[in-house]
Amino acid sequence: MSQLAILPILVPLLAGTLLLLTRRWIPLDLRRGLNLSAAFLQLALAALLLSRVETGDILVHALGNWPAPYGIVLVADRLAAWMLLITAALACFALLFAVAKGTDRGSRHFHPLFQLQLFGLNGAFLTGDLFNLFVFFEILLLASYGLLLHGGGAERVRAGLHFVALNLVGSTLFLFAAGTLYGTLGTLNMADLAVAVSRVSEENLGPVRVGGLLLFGVFALKTALFPLHLWLPTTYAATSAAVAALFAIMTKVGAYCLLRVGTLVFGPDAGPLAGLYADWLLPLAVATLILGSLGALAATRLRTQVGYLVLVSVGLLLTALGLSTRSGMGAGLYYLAHTTFATAALFLIAELIANGRGQLSDRLDPGPVIPLAGWLGGLFFVSGLLMTGLPPLSGFVGKLAVLRATLETPIWPWLTAAILGSSLLGIVAVVRSGSLLFLRAEGRAEDPPPVSAPLSNILPILALMGICLALTVWAEPVLKLMTEVGEQLLRPGDYIQAVLAPNAGRASP
Amino acid sequence: MEVLMSAMIGVLTSIGIYLILRARTFPLVIGLTLLSYAVNLFLFASGRLGVGQPAIVSDSSMGYADPLPQALVLTAIVISFAMTAFVIMLSLKAYAELGTDQVDGRQDEGDAS
Repeated sequence: MSQLAILPILVPLLAGTLLLLTRRWIPLDLRRGLNLSAAFLQLALAALLLSRVETGDILVHALGNWPAPYGIVLVADRLAAWMLLITAALACFALLFAVAKGTDRGSRHFHPLFQLQLFGLNGAFLTGDLFNLFVFFEILLLASYGLLLHGGGAERVRAGLHFVALNLVGSTLFLFAAGTLYGTLGTLNMADLAVAVSRVSEENLGPVRVGGLLLFGVFALKTALFPLHLWLPTTYAATSAAVAALFAIMTKVGAYCLLRVGTLVFGPDAGPLAGLYADWLLPLAVATLILGSLGALAATRLRTQVGYLVLVSVGLLLTALGLSTRSGMGAGLYYLAHTTFATAALFLIAELIANGRGQLSDRLDPGPVIPLAGWLGGLFFVSGLLMTGLPPLSGFVGKLAVLRATLETPIWPWLTAAILGSSLLGIVAVVRSGSLLFLRAEGRAEDPPPVSAPLSNILPILALMGICLALTVWAEPVLKLMTEVGEQLLRPGDYIQAVLAPNAGRASP
Repeated sequence: MEVLMSAMIGVLTSIGIYLILRARTFPLVIGLTLLSYAVNLFLFASGRLGVGQPAIVSDSSMGYADPLPQALVLTAIVISFAMTAFVIMLSLKAYAELGTDQVDGRQDEGDAS
């Protein structure tokens, strides 16, 4: 059954290729149907995969049956399956919104790019090889460049140019890091790297540390960790809502890689290099948290503000993961799922609000009353609750879990103060924009934009919020599962054994 | 050979970084290209430098050329090639849309060298 681990990569690749080849011949509705069915198929596959690995099994698929570390392996453990599930669910609803809103009408390449983006994301979560991770990064980035620029416009091109240039420099750094690690340790398979790092000789210690920290820099750039966070708000604000919603998972790819490499390669068994990432992660995460809240407070446009709120959530997420404890990781991974869906919902709402305000768009100035203000205001209110972590929804549960996890560290007063302070700033920011947009609105827009099928626009948002509601209702089982994910991450021995000695692992369960 | 190789990588990298910091699209593209050249050489060297090493291991040979970095470099070249093409197209589009080749879209700021 190890083939199950490759299916989440094959489905989007084949669907994307098919959509690319047939983009001129088959009608738009059929292409939409194809794309949606591929997305929902991935959701089913991810759920199946999670149910398979939930018991603690690690599925390893050796490509071409070349055994690790000589061949490339795909590894599905609890963390990978959980990330796949989040990605697939997010993709389904972002795509539904894109279809309802007609974002995909602009060019024929939207649907193929969407699937290729999923191909890169799923591959990055599943691969067990460092260089392969680089390749999947490039795939997902190239697709994201296309999606980001989809629709054109000066602002989008400018933000896109920054995003592309930064990420190309990041890719170069990734290659330097991979070269350094290969040159000193002689392998790129992550499980094998972990073994090699634990046995690293004194003279190679320096280069390995440099390589590891270069990788940290690359992942920090993808996650938008302070001080590499400046690209995020402008980029996310410039693109279309459906794409921004899908990008909600992009920062999490960086967080995933930090977690994977930080626990596996530089994990507890790594000898002198153990915890190489954890020392850097926590202070930078707290700085991101605080700067993100200040940015959200200072933002003059709604979508920029949402971008800064993404930074806040990245900061909180990495604070939890940076604790390197079982409960911290559990809380962080729960919060990761919640914040992905909540951010996506807020981006979609921001686009609908901006569309309803004519010339003013999403600038935070009092303007005309928005069509459907009741619906949108209600949705904005709920997503504000979600983003700022107020009770009774999943944001609160996640934040509470993170706060409880911080109590185990000696520096907890500082961490709790930072988290609660940033929450307060976030609440002030969201309340301010909510009251500006809805309560201080007067009159009608001069030429009210035609409201096309409002309900189908709102349904994907409601679905995303439904997921958050489900996360709230079933908070306990989900948190328990996440704690188990954290447990598995803190025991990298299982992963290493599953990859390097698959037969031995099967004999002794 | 080691000194020559490391000097080359260093020079390429520093020129690349300098050009990227020029904040204009054409130097940016050249800078990114030079940086990718540097990293290709670096990856190539990570399999150790050697001359006349056989590609296939045999009992009679003293060593062999590590094939993995060569495969990595090949992949990296293909990817950077595609990326360069993409950045060039994007720069042209940015020039058409923004009317300037400054990366922030600002008008000239006395950088008329």
